[in-house]
Amino acid sequence: MHAVHKILAAAANRKAVAPGEIVNAKVDLCGINDIYRIVIHAFHEMGGRRVRHPDRVAIFMDHNAPSSTLVGAENQKAFREFAREQGIRHVFEVERGICHEVAVQAGLVRPGEVVIITDSHTTTHGALGAFSTGVGSTDLAVALIEGELWFRVPETINLRLEGRLQDGVAAKDVTLHILGALGTDFGNYKVLEFTGPVVAGMPVEERMVLANMAVEMGAKCGYIQPDEATLRYLAGRVRPPFRVQESEPGYRFDAELGFSLDALEPQVARPGRVDASCPVREAAGVPIDQVFLGSCTGGRLTDIAAAARLLEGRRVARGTRLIVTAASREILEASIAHGYLQILLAAGASVTTPGCGPCFGLHAGVLAAGERCVTTSSRNYPGRMGSEQAEIYLASALTAAATAITGRLTDPRDPALRR
Amino acid sequence: MGSLIRRGTAVLLRMDDVSTDHIYPAKYINLTDPARIAEHALEGADPTLRTRLASVGGILVTGHNFGCGSSREHAVITLQGAGVTAVIAGSAARIWYRNAINLALPVLVCPEAADRVAEGDALEIDFLTGRIRDLTQGALLQGQAVSEFVAELIARGGIKPMMREKHAVGGRL
Repeated sequence: MHAVHKILAAAANRKAVAPGEIVNAKVDLCGINDIYRIVIHAFHEMGGRRVRHPDRVAIFMDHNAPSSTLVGAENQKAFREFAREQGIRHVFEVERGICHEVAVQAGLVRPGEVVIITDSHTTTHGALGAFSTGVGSTDLAVALIEGELWFRVPETINLRLEGRLQDGVAAKDVTLHILGALGTDFGNYKVLEFTGPVVAGMPVEERMVLANMAVEMGAKCGYIQPDEATLRYLAGRVRPPFRVQESEPGYRFDAELGFSLDALEPQVARPGRVDASCPVREAAGVPIDQVFLGSCTGGRLTDIAAAARLLEGRRVARGTRLIVTAASREILEASIAHGYLQILLAAGASVTTPGCGPCFGLHAGVLAAGERCVTTSSRNYPGRMGSEQAEIYLASALTAAATAITGRLTDPRDPALRR
Repeated sequence: MGSLIRRGTAVLLRMDDVSTDHIYPAKYINLTDPARIAEHALEGADPTLRTRLASVGGILVTGHNFGCGSSREHAVITLQGAGVTAVIAGSAARIWYRNAINLALPVLVCPEAADRVAEGDALEIDFLTGRIRDLTQGALLQGQAVSEFVAELIARGGIKPMMREKHAVGGRL
């Protein structure tokens, strides 16, 4: 069995499971986002009276943080009341940040466990050795009532990332490159495990980007086998006991693909499709109105640090705005402690409350028709960040920072940016 | 398990990777009333679709990776509210597919349908065999049969009635 199969088997109280089977698995963390009040409706509609395990539920006020609309405010109020009624302690208020970052920081995500959150980027937590997947509101409500949920046991794909990344190339560039090569649905319903020296050499934050973007390839979950770095990252956050699962020796994946990444350049996905990727070099020079540094894909300390390194002593180009939204309060505080935020502010950045920000087109920095944006977030479908007539380029934090400096889509290795 | 058959008129959206942002733009995501959610069906892809669907109570026929992107269940609720009784897709993205069957919207995966079926064709879909009869063209298309598990979930009206039954909640809500 694959490690993910072992996780599902343990959660379903079974000795073994096989791909294609439907199993009922105990859920260790049920996460709900503030925009999905329909979870509460579904809970009541299905006869829910008491949440089965309130200690395994978390509510995240992250998409409207803090709310700028009346309906958003009412939805958040309904969640606060629901949490009170049901004895749910883990309510992460509007200052805390994005569910995927906050859940990890609060120690709610453990290797070997089952995580569901009402957000598609829940694949992120596979980077910590959990089986973690995004669900709809009704599924989440079922898990609130029953404490478990049905899952179809997924097939597995091994993506071996070989070689060594060049300076200026990040996990985001790797995912955009893979998407460009394989498309948006090659991982549909499947486990995408990331292996190889490139993964082993990445900090855990960067591994989370790989797992996060697995959903853009259609995956049910991402997975990265925990190692020493993972355990160090989790120490002090997660209380033992937890059990790291490992694929059995000689496990054969349903498919394996290798990528040689020695020569990989910074990548960008052109507007409209997440798999429309090419080297930044090939699309360079396009004038950019807004740069967004943030989201559960690209708003971590590693991203803010990378942007600050490039922006130190420089200014955001006239006619371009830079919006910086740390993925969580913890990251915001660390950015201040390290002096990164001061650098970004001095460069002319607009810093907003930790949360999802403009990534999904509802909050703090939405785009007008005809505007172009370079973003470290995950999706560039038409209308994703506001107007359907806005154009969105996906890129790494370094490419975003280089673009903010020049006002045009720019490769961060551009000689003009050398000091 | 008896049968799971849907008949209706084809409404075509010949496009791959129709995302949840196309089906239901995020700017409406705070809405909770199904009637209001229905007002924005497919607005990000082609706003005329909703009128076409409303007039025929149609079967939406579309391309690969339908429903990719967000987990928002609105992307199913909005189609049902707009009169979609079944979806035929080249392939369906995982979370959207799961939301659809939970809410009893049957989905048939048939890669060639979007190329073969014409707008307005009368269709009959047998989900247990995976066969689509295009009554207008007199053609037969073979898609992927749905599993017994999925067929039963849909035949019983989705997961909500099943849960209500299990937890003994009487009457209509």
